[in-house]
Amino acid sequence: MSLLELESINSGYGHFQALFDVNLRIEEKETHAIIGANGAGKSTLLRTICGLIKTEPADKVRFDGQAIGAMSPHKRVGLGISYVPEGRWVFPSLTVHENLQVGAHSKRTGVWNIDKVYELFPLLARLKNRQAFGLSGGEQQALSIARGLMSNPRLLLLDEVSLGLAPVVVEKIYQAMPAIVDSGTTVLLVEQDVGQAMKFADRVTCMLEGRLVLEGAPGEISQEAIFAAYFGV
Amino acid sequence: MVWVNDIIQGILLGGLYALFAAGLALVFGVMKLVNLAHGDFSILAAYLALAFVGLLHINPFYTLIIVIIIMAIFGYVIQRGLFNFAMDAGPMQAILATFGIAIIIQNLLLEGFTANSKGLDAGKIENAVITISKQIAIGWFPLTTLIVSVVVLVALQWFLGRTRTGRAFRATADNQRAAQLMGIDNRHLYGMAMAVALAIVAIGGVFIGIRTTFSPSAGPLRLIFAYEAVIIGGLGSLWGTLVGGIVLGIAQVLGDHIHQGYGILVGHLVFLAILAFRPQGLFARQVQ
Repeated sequence: MSLLELESINSGYGHFQALFDVNLRIEEKETHAIIGANGAGKSTLLRTICGLIKTEPADKVRFDGQAIGAMSPHKRVGLGISYVPEGRWVFPSLTVHENLQVGAHSKRTGVWNIDKVYELFPLLARLKNRQAFGLSGGEQQALSIARGLMSNPRLLLLDEVSLGLAPVVVEKIYQAMPAIVDSGTTVLLVEQDVGQAMKFADRVTCMLEGRLVLEGAPGEISQEAIFAAYFGV
Repeated sequence: MVWVNDIIQGILLGGLYALFAAGLALVFGVMKLVNLAHGDFSILAAYLALAFVGLLHINPFYTLIIVIIIMAIFGYVIQRGLFNFAMDAGPMQAILATFGIAIIIQNLLLEGFTANSKGLDAGKIENAVITISKQIAIGWFPLTTLIVSVVVLVALQWFLGRTRTGRAFRATADNQRAAQLMGIDNRHLYGMAMAVALAIVAIGGVFIGIRTTFSPSAGPLRLIFAYEAVIIGGLGSLWGTLVGGIVLGIAQVLGDHIHQGYGILVGHLVFLAILAFRPQGLFARQVQ
């Protein structure tokens, strides 16, 4: 049994359908990257998994064998699904430390705690008493990931980690990834930066116009195949 | 010296208004709900106290314990059972739901207690004063009200800053969807916020019942004062509600000093002036 199973998902926002017949399996402890152009449906896919978008019937989304399609986001956090949203969504009026404390609201226990995430992102330890609204984009991204880890997820969903950040900042953020993977967390990340995704993931899936069009290990897929899948040519 | 006395009386009155405003500000801050029934909830609390005084023949101060608990439970239940669903339908539906509850409370109180004005008799403390000079006297009861409101605000600040639920309140106020993604059950949290708000307004209701007479239709005016205090103080600022209450209180007392009956008008004018020249309020939260 896979950790996460999606079965012919058709999902979207109101009358706008963004996903078409999506089938996906994520294995435990795998690092899986979803790549694709703007509007390909990558974020919609993650939002369907974390519960911001619900699915009917509920058993089309299964986590550890359990049907979760109709479950609220807060209950999915309790099961071990943590979503780090595009745009970071830090709590601006809370301090860095408080943001992390709120991240642990679900009381799930495991390897991650506040000291561990400060170890992973030392810059956050230095900023712990600062309000989050004053942080730079990179600092907010680090905080958003660290906050996501505080619930000790079995599945960590990372949405466009590198979006809007300088390459040097992206490098720094990605330096933290091996420690997250080594902790046994399954990672599903959405990334427009194909190079970064290929470097980091065990498996890569490419999306185009709401459909999964290519899947494989980074070493197995040719540049040409990715190019064709990415742009639909 | 008469003016000094007026300002002192205004400050003390502000303490009472802060008790109304704090709950209103909390509910608006956490769930963006404009609660038009807030004033009627306070009057409901006053009538509850009246009922318990009649039943148990005790000082209204002692009824506070039971009234606070009842109002908190009532707040949680009405939020989970009604307002949450109305909020799902949209912000306008939510406002209308609170308006409907306000009408229902007013009419139930009218049925149960008639339209006659009632009062709560707290005994000697109502007339006891500390005389400072010939023209300055501080009433024990208004002073108690101000002290209680400061204690309530300190407790609320501690709760919001230091407890897990309090942080969840603030996180939800910042970004409700992100809070859900942290495992926070917003429906339960909204229930908790309404419970806390009604617990605080229960104190305000019992105190207003001791300070003055009240009738089933007295709620809306309390609501307006509470709103004015919140807006003057600045949305999202806890201590702003106290300052807003005090500014409003001083304006009303000074207005009454100029001409008996001008107090409420002057209070409204100060509120309008703040809206015109500093619409974010005196202590707007420094975020974004």
